[in-house]
Amino acid sequence: MALSIVHRATGVALYFGTLLLAWWLIAAASGPGAYANVQAFTGSFIGRLIVFGYTWALMHHLLSGLRHLVWDLGYGFKANEREALTWGALIGGISLTILVWIVAYMTIGGGR
Amino acid sequence: MNAPKSPSMRTPLARVRALGSSHSGTSDFWRQRLTAVAMTLLIVPVIVVVLMLLGSNQAGAKQIFSSVPIAIIMLLFILASAWHMKIGMQVVIEDYVHNEKIKLASVMANNFFCIAVALASIYAILKMSSGV
Repeated sequence: MALSIVHRATGVALYFGTLLLAWWLIAAASGPGAYANVQAFTGSFIGRLIVFGYTWALMHHLLSGLRHLVWDLGYGFKANEREALTWGALIGGISLTILVWIVAYMTIGGGR
Repeated sequence: MNAPKSPSMRTPLARVRALGSSHSGTSDFWRQRLTAVAMTLLIVPVIVVVLMLLGSNQAGAKQIFSSVPIAIIMLLFILASAWHMKIGMQVVIEDYVHNEKIKLASVMANNFFCIAVALASIYAILKMSSGV
């Protein structure tokens, strides 16, 4: 499994994704007009796609990072354990992303 | 072999042992794990805060950030993530950029980016939570 490069790629994506987070926070602190701009962007198709991708990158990087912490502690090096951790991060990352988005849509009542 | 005269009792080998090519030892390795564990602990509260913010307008968002625990959770997460991504991107740069000058410029730009993102976010949260 070549998942370590995915860990790195999601890390780099999250790095630039923080620009969106910072923009959102600054807009919220600035005023209604600035905040409406962010909401217009995150409500657009491209915006939603980027935020969805960001959510997946975060969830995958989180689980795949926990996998690295397990290895740092000296566990999980057997072939079947490595496979299980890798598939767990991959499937878990996708599942958590979908779960967060379901809860998000339930929270805002089916989209703004 | 004549080692240069050292003001310390420590031998030259003792002074560089385990510090590696970055001359800062394993401190970045440790802080990368420290911030990773911090964010793992904070991720559920942070997601809850983001979900709370989703349905609200700017006034609502400001209202949510006026809560002290929420502001602190977000500040901790931003601090940990900025530090984590600074170290992570530096590792990526050191792996792929081999020209020494471009590498130094990239590492510097990485520091500027992470500090700017962190400070802008922290300023925004403090501004909202202090209600100005």
